[in-house]
Amino acid sequence: MSTSTGGTPTIPRHMQRDRFAPVAETQAARDEPGFPTIRTAFGTPARLVTRYADVREVLGDAERFSNAVVPPMPLPDGESDADRRAGQLLLQDPPEHTRLRRLLTGEFTVRRIRRLEPRIAEIVDDHLDAMAAAGPPADLVSAFALPVPSLVICELLGVPYADRDEFQGRAARQLDVSRPLEERGRLAMEGRAYMGDLVDRARIEPGDDMLGMLVREHGDDLTRNELIGVASLLLIAGHETTANMLGLGTLALLRAPDQLALVRDRPDAVAPAIEELLRFLSVVHSGIPRTVRHDTTVGETPVSAGDLLVLSLPAANRDPATVDHPDDLDVTRAIAPHVAFSHGVHHCLGAPLARAEMAVAFPALFWRFPTLALGTPYEEIEFRSATVVHGLRALPVTW
Amino acid sequence: MKIEANRDICIGAGNCVLAAEDVFDQDDEALVVVLSDQPSDDQTTEVRNAVAQCPSGALSLVEG
Repeated sequence: MSTSTGGTPTIPRHMQRDRFAPVAETQAARDEPGFPTIRTAFGTPARLVTRYADVREVLGDAERFSNAVVPPMPLPDGESDADRRAGQLLLQDPPEHTRLRRLLTGEFTVRRIRRLEPRIAEIVDDHLDAMAAAGPPADLVSAFALPVPSLVICELLGVPYADRDEFQGRAARQLDVSRPLEERGRLAMEGRAYMGDLVDRARIEPGDDMLGMLVREHGDDLTRNELIGVASLLLIAGHETTANMLGLGTLALLRAPDQLALVRDRPDAVAPAIEELLRFLSVVHSGIPRTVRHDTTVGETPVSAGDLLVLSLPAANRDPATVDHPDDLDVTRAIAPHVAFSHGVHHCLGAPLARAEMAVAFPALFWRFPTLALGTPYEEIEFRSATVVHGLRALPVTW
Repeated sequence: MKIEANRDICIGAGNCVLAAEDVFDQDDEALVVVLSDQPSDDQTTEVRNAVAQCPSGALSLVEG
């Protein structure tokens, strides 16, 4: 693996997938004592944590395990580490993290998100109408899975949807760990410059959206860089994650027609099915980094101050200690405990939104196209695991 | 069984509301509000799930 500035890294082993599942080596690590040494996408050595209980222990303790791990990407000219970290909730520890997060949580309460559901349903229906008018066949990723959550987060945040080609393309390249670090650093900076323009506009004329709210209500508490960091994170996290859940989830359910029929026909089956899809697909799979603050143990494994731990959410979510037959998709599980949204103080802020989007989108898709089927043999479908969020390059479908 | 909620460490993820809507709510800042701290017998399973799924450890149960 190359670690030099601008080098093209190989894809770390823990991000490699055998279609839906983590590769056998990662799955096997759960059964071995200790935490094996790996290399991250940045080439740095780390220790891989794969057991559900260990992953939860580390994520749940921000005092022993720090999140302030700045990715060792080369800095483009004119950028500082402080610029890069400002407002980036995922690179902060309490109390700084708590201050920033509390400015946002009110926007993502279960009640607030319920109020968005009629609009989400409209957006879903509009895209299904367009698919029906243009096809069959269709690429479900570009016709449905990506545009639906993109438009939802754009409206919520106050980002012009007309700019989607630009920010979707940039996000996809920025999250692609097989690209040179220099390029990813530059893309992140371009993304912040784009968001900087939107922030400046919102400061002059704050709209009726989240950027406008942040400017109006917290304009004095947040620097321009913090606003940019928060908004950039929400934009990327708001569309890449749910988009890949919708694409991969549709494929997984097409492979299990009885389960697909439950999601389509039984409203009370939808919420548990989404939890099971979150567990089974575990799309955020880049490995969550944490630095050990002082010598301690995780489960039965001693770790030392300064150790970098990388937590595999997909491996933890398939731990047989937690779930029976973890490699099977079973949407009828009474309870499917998972860490797909992480755990602890960094638990996904947008989880209620992601759940609501999926709860609307999956049944509507299967209802509209009862004969939905793969448009290409399963073996030919291209998975895309070299990105921070696991997904499909395309999902050809017909009906 | 009594529910105890520590709003100082709550992070407003809302998992408890989704798990047991009759027992938990959120205020305007998303922090947990316990609607009934002594849930009925038929709410026990939901409440246990809510406590298990709380990401911040803000919820606990005192048995008895």
